[in-house]
Amino acid sequence: MQLDSSTLWLTMLGIGVGTFLMRFSFIWLFGQGEVRPAIQRVLRLVPASVLSALIMPSFVFSQQAAFSIGNYRMWAGVVAAVVAWRSRNVLLTIAAGMGTLWLCSFLWPV
Amino acid sequence: MLSHEKPGARISNTFQGVKQTVPRYERSNRMPNRKNAFLGGAKATVPILFGVIPFALIAGISAIGVGFTQLEALGMSYIVFAGAAQLAAVDLIGQHASMPVIVLTALIINLRFCMYSASLAPHFKGLPLYWRGPLAYLLTDQTFAVCITAYVAGRQSFKHWYYLGAASTMWVTWQAGTAAGVFLGTRIPKSWALDFAIPLTFLALLFTVLKDRPAIVAAVSAGALALAGHDLPYNLGLFMAAIGGVVAGSLAFRGGKNAA
Repeated sequence: MQLDSSTLWLTMLGIGVGTFLMRFSFIWLFGQGEVRPAIQRVLRLVPASVLSALIMPSFVFSQQAAFSIGNYRMWAGVVAAVVAWRSRNVLLTIAAGMGTLWLCSFLWPV
Repeated sequence: MLSHEKPGARISNTFQGVKQTVPRYERSNRMPNRKNAFLGGAKATVPILFGVIPFALIAGISAIGVGFTQLEALGMSYIVFAGAAQLAAVDLIGQHASMPVIVLTALIINLRFCMYSASLAPHFKGLPLYWRGPLAYLLTDQTFAVCITAYVAGRQSFKHWYYLGAASTMWVTWQAGTAAGVFLGTRIPKSWALDFAIPLTFLALLFTVLKDRPAIVAAVSAGALALAGHDLPYNLGLFMAAIGGVVAGSLAFRGGKNAA
């Protein structure tokens, strides 16, 4: 970890205060001014975009070369994606991904 | 069922102690009161907890995994109290991202709370600030879903107590789960690669939000852009990908409309 302790606390405080202000925003302003449907539609796309942008590099760029057979995290990601798609279950997805990663590293240690 | 057009007015009436009729949704013959509104919210939250507990465990385990002290890991759950943002922050801290990048990413993930806040606001009209402030702090995806469903189904009285019951159940579970994760995290060896549980958790969440074509287009574009921009400095690739995904998804909305 690169951040020192005080920077880390500041980071958490920044996230906490900013998040609180967003949670409080309309509840505070008595709900005058609803969010326009067009903006709501765009906001609804944010989680899909951010989540996908966050995870793709962690599956493709691990210690092993990207898109190589030895990149177990990528294979584990593929298995987990299928499980997530079929089951919509967080626990099962984690189990499938971690299981695949452990199994590959056990069978073919790098 | 009573009028729907001014939900806020009902709350202020409750507040001044004006007598309420027993709404139909109350399956018991007791008068609605604080206690059974609170318990109703808590009860509706319990089934959701099975999805929340592993998430909270991971939040604790992974924070320890990237080098947080126990106090820092627990502190984050109290201060931020938002799972996806916490995990993203931990993930980025582990990748040595800079502070502005971490804060900005977490806040972008939490933008959805503005939307929830707007939907809930009419139901909390007339409540004093010392109620609305804590209710806002406790807002999560799960509590929003539980409460807005109950309000739309016709709950008229003690809405804030119902919300408090749902939200405090979530809060206690989240803090206990994080604490358990912190405890486990200090005992699990690095070779288990538990940091990998974060992208896996996000992957599961991603599939729950892929409900229509624009969302799928957004996710696919954002993922491709994130890979393409991986080598850019200051995690610019991440922001480029997030913005690109939203733009591509919005275009898919329009494309769909033209086709129809």
